[in-house]
Amino acid sequence: MTPPQRRRRYPKEEPPDPPGKGGEDGRDTSGDQDGKHGTETKPRKNPERLYTITGGDEAGDRAALDLVTLIVARADVPPPAAQPEQSALLRLCTAPLSVAELSAYLSLPFSVVTVLLTELLAAELVQARAPIVRQALPDRSLLEAVMHGLQKL
Amino acid sequence: MDFKSSDTIPGPRAEDHLPHTATAAVKIVIVGGFGVGKTTMVGAVSEIKPLTTEETMTQAGIGVDDNYGSETKTATTVAMDFGRISITEQLVLYLFGTPGQERFWFLWNGLFEGALGAVVLVDTRRLEVSFDVIGRLEERGVPFVIAINDFPDAPGYPIEDLRAALDLSDDIPIIKCDARRRASSRDVLMTLMRFLHSLAMTSTPA
Repeated sequence: MTPPQRRRRYPKEEPPDPPGKGGEDGRDTSGDQDGKHGTETKPRKNPERLYTITGGDEAGDRAALDLVTLIVARADVPPPAAQPEQSALLRLCTAPLSVAELSAYLSLPFSVVTVLLTELLAAELVQARAPIVRQALPDRSLLEAVMHGLQKL
Repeated sequence: MDFKSSDTIPGPRAEDHLPHTATAAVKIVIVGGFGVGKTTMVGAVSEIKPLTTEETMTQAGIGVDDNYGSETKTATTVAMDFGRISITEQLVLYLFGTPGQERFWFLWNGLFEGALGAVVLVDTRRLEVSFDVIGRLEERGVPFVIAINDFPDAPGYPIEDLRAALDLSDDIPIIKCDARRRASSRDVLMTLMRFLHSLAMTSTPA
């Protein structure tokens, strides 16, 4: 019995994508086995994309927060003027918690949590500890630390 | 939004708190079709019970022409399960199990771009489900390994047949696993880390 065969969407001899493709927006979906993906993802009007592109600075509406940015409250007790959502968030992150965990515990969408956190960051009520993201040249000592940690599991 | 009193918000259990020394986090993405065992694998190695983060996806309704002028946008909630492994007192690893459809990947900023790498979890009964996922990771330059979740009634193709079928070069690891078992899922993550390490060794100038 032979398994089904994957067909590459881009033949190997095709020239690489032009620079400045900017990720998925320039993606050629002609070879997509499921054509509707292309039409669904093309008209990208959602604020998440805007935020992703501008990094939040130009738009001034959201801080650049990753799913695994660690958030820590700067004070033990939320200020009395804080909104209920903000108070809940501040109570949760008396110890460091990722944005993903905050989203899960508050049952709020990730984008809503980033808006709440942007306000709290501006008010200096929380501190954000940026994640380590993949580099063009990965940090070997980081990879070795992760391997060592996994071996202890 | 009707938001309940913050006293009723469930939070992490005391033993699930990260130490205050935790300063940085990294992530690995486990990607595959529905029912392939992503959440099972996350749960097998996570130190916390897997959690779910949600995002709402707005899309134009079907039949826009028929409803011209009326509200045709619909919001779909997409969920993603994740788990956590504390590596050191300073470093935390998060594992995200995400559906294979690329349209979900935009919802969480930098989900793949910032990840160390990805595990493509494959069910050989539905091998073709993974074809698009593999193509997308290749396009985005996200390093990945293939983990075959060895379901009892799945066809037991030899690894090299699978490599040929998936059109993968020899250097990309393919490993069989049982996503329910911690040791087996840990081995998959170790395989990914060793692969990433070998890439780091070869890409660094001597």
